[in-house]
Amino acid sequence: MSEITIENLSRRRFLQGGAGLTLGFCLPAIAATLPAAGPGKAGEGLAAKVSFEPNAFLRIGADNSVTVISKHLEMGQGTYTGLATMLTEELDADWKQVRVEGAPADAKRYNNLFWGPAQGTGGSTAMANSWEQMRKAGAAGRAMLVSAAAKHWQVDAAGIVVRDGVVSHPASGRKASFGQLAEAAAQEAVPADVKLKDPKDFRLIGKQAKRKDSSAKTNGTAKFTQDVFLPGMLVAVVAHPPQFGAKVKSFDASRAKAVKGVVEVVQIPTGVAVLAKDTWSAKKGRDALSVVWDDSAAFKLGSAEILARYKEMAKKPGLVAKQSGDANQAFAGAAKVVSAAYDFPYLAHAAMEPMNCVVKLDADGCEVWNGEQLHTGDQYGLAHALGLKPEQVKINMLFAGGSFGRRACKDSDYVIEAAQIAKAINGRAPVKLVWLREDDMRGGYYRPLFHHALEAAVDGSGKLTGWRHRLVGQSIIIGSPFEKMLVKDGIDAVSVEGAANLPYAIPNLTVDLHTPTDIGVPVLWWRSVGSSHTAFSTETFFDEVAAATGKDPVAMRLELLAEHPRHAGVLKLAADKAGWGQPLKAKAGERRGRGVAVHESFNSYVAHVAEVTVRKDGSVKVDRIVSAVDCGTAINPDNIRSQVEGGVGFALSSLYEEITLKDGRVEQGNFDGFPLLRIADMPKVEVHIVPSAAPPTGIGEPGVPPLAPAVANAIAAATGKRLRNLPFNTSELVA
Amino acid sequence: MIQLNVNGKALKADVEPDTPLLWVLRDTLQLTGTKYGCGQALCGACTVHLDGAPVRACMTPVSSVIGRKITTIEAVDAGKVGKAVQEAWRKLDVVQCGYCQSGQIMSAVALLSHNRKPSDADIDDAMSGNLCRCATYVRIRAAIHEAAKALA
Repeated sequence: MSEITIENLSRRRFLQGGAGLTLGFCLPAIAATLPAAGPGKAGEGLAAKVSFEPNAFLRIGADNSVTVISKHLEMGQGTYTGLATMLTEELDADWKQVRVEGAPADAKRYNNLFWGPAQGTGGSTAMANSWEQMRKAGAAGRAMLVSAAAKHWQVDAAGIVVRDGVVSHPASGRKASFGQLAEAAAQEAVPADVKLKDPKDFRLIGKQAKRKDSSAKTNGTAKFTQDVFLPGMLVAVVAHPPQFGAKVKSFDASRAKAVKGVVEVVQIPTGVAVLAKDTWSAKKGRDALSVVWDDSAAFKLGSAEILARYKEMAKKPGLVAKQSGDANQAFAGAAKVVSAAYDFPYLAHAAMEPMNCVVKLDADGCEVWNGEQLHTGDQYGLAHALGLKPEQVKINMLFAGGSFGRRACKDSDYVIEAAQIAKAINGRAPVKLVWLREDDMRGGYYRPLFHHALEAAVDGSGKLTGWRHRLVGQSIIIGSPFEKMLVKDGIDAVSVEGAANLPYAIPNLTVDLHTPTDIGVPVLWWRSVGSSHTAFSTETFFDEVAAATGKDPVAMRLELLAEHPRHAGVLKLAADKAGWGQPLKAKAGERRGRGVAVHESFNSYVAHVAEVTVRKDGSVKVDRIVSAVDCGTAINPDNIRSQVEGGVGFALSSLYEEITLKDGRVEQGNFDGFPLLRIADMPKVEVHIVPSAAPPTGIGEPGVPPLAPAVANAIAAATGKRLRNLPFNTSELVA
Repeated sequence: MIQLNVNGKALKADVEPDTPLLWVLRDTLQLTGTKYGCGQALCGACTVHLDGAPVRACMTPVSSVIGRKITTIEAVDAGKVGKAVQEAWRKLDVVQCGYCQSGQIMSAVALLSHNRKPSDADIDDAMSGNLCRCATYVRIRAAIHEAAKALA
């Protein structure tokens, strides 16, 4: 068979009818970029039903489209592009012909390989767990295209070349597009094993691959949960209790029902839902509701009381998370003891898209549209809430307008709330639950409030001999489905990550933890999880010790990082690129300083050097951040830079953010009370990537942890004053 | 029934006059590129153009825009500034989650429409009302300069 036969075959299929219908769906975006391939144009003789799906991650259409199926959520971190880069590299498709589609919830095919049988996105694992899987998926597809071509051309497969979406046999001058070979390739056996490229032959990995979602996200066509409209769909806005743990006692819906557009008002376990034909009517209806709350089981403490309790707890030893040497002995023999305490507030994720979810119930089960981050957890949570089997819960994954951990709710809170509303109206209409900004900000699942106390022992020669670190804060993991995996002997690993694995060679070290269990504020992972607070206390405290012993912060770190070359590598690179040690010029009346921090999270290593200006009134301007990153093989260097830039801004924002409670009520509701970083406060960011052949690790989170301590250290260098509590109180810096 | 001029088309919407333009665009006209972020003109995700000037659609009652020209992200590429801004955004891969970017682009287009060579301070000023939780600000700034260059 020659390529012409294949083309004819496709054409015959096309002529058999019905085939053109589904094509229109994916063609417009693809058509413009279809490469001309072989005799006849690719895309000609289309046969929509003919597609080649060698595995769960790849589909090649007769229209020459290459669709990569992403098992991970695209929430901004570049996952769709990263996964597609890995697969396309081995498939040797043309990057322009590749599109990405979100996978449905199906843990059998799409589990996170680092999470056992569960599907989901988090812990900066997407690239790392998919590294072999996606490349093998691409290589398998390529091998099948090649063997199909070899058969049809009756040539030796070894003489076939695949490049940029074209399969060719230079010796005979034959060539075909992927689309032309798709049907024949589908008849080939899936290879049991495939050979992957030598990294030196990479053409996409480590090079610039443009984001796959840039077009849709710049012309308004990208679909988020908020943008889902189903026939007959109702929008639900919910009145939630003002305190965590409070319940509905009674409610009067008469005024709400009088609002034009309001269709139903129903009580659900988490409040009272107003369903309307549109969002504004639902909001007006919600505002017109009058609800009496039963606060008998509500959590009623304020942040100040919580913190006071934690400080009291910190006076006594907690459960030991890490012990090496004999800290007590080191402190007994110390020439100098340095100590400091640190407070961290609750923080909201504050994704730009407030939480929302669309649920449709029917006789077969339930269908969900969501910026889905925890597929398997939500599937089981929904099944439980609705009395269904997990396989009756179909979840469609849309783009998420940010998440930072919030859409991976261990309790499936907002997802189940949407289902409860649909259930309360007996599935009569699909329901779009819309949380307004205030619902989102007051909805809990915050980065937990923490108190840390640190002490360091320095001997007569100025050597750091002992380190004690005590942490007090709620556990994210205990009581969640992740407990078995992440809690040992009462220690929640994510409470102490970044502290218990302190990289510095300190001979005597104790890290212990108090986990209060009577605080009724729901807590959750927030971009970089435990490291969002542990990097701050450890890296600023280390600087205090360096200052107390008269050592340079970079030199002292390097001295104690001999066993940790990747930490040392990024630290040296950042310091070098930032001109560490060179004086900074300051204008009259301004104080300037440079600070550094290095931290590993999720097996990626990041060092930041911050340059700050502190004005007379105490306000701080972060002028420049120089970052060095080691995340193994850099799949998309530009996306790594982008994630580090964004991580810097996200972390910088957190210096001034806090969620506070008074009498159990969250005091902030919108961006006036919880101000996010604005463009004028964004520093220049230079990102340097350490060349590496190690397997890739994540980059969505690791840029965050070392930023705040680098800035605090820079402020201390500029002013001599240590800001130890977050959010920063810059009135302490007034000159 | 309220008569609106959206993206050069005369459209009708059967809504209460106090309904914010945002929800008319999104829920009634299904122009979903304009986003809800805060409902209080604090984040800029809902930015659209009213006779060419940027406004926050979430705080703009639909009754106040009758007879005025409304432009949304869906049609901003009809003008050369809009096209240049979108191209610069793509060239520099500005977006991350993308949810705020319609609003960012609408504000950037409004800026460049009356200031073809904005300084960093001009950009800070014009873009100060647009929040991005992914903090894509480095690239937003660079893309505005890039678009300015392309338009020069």
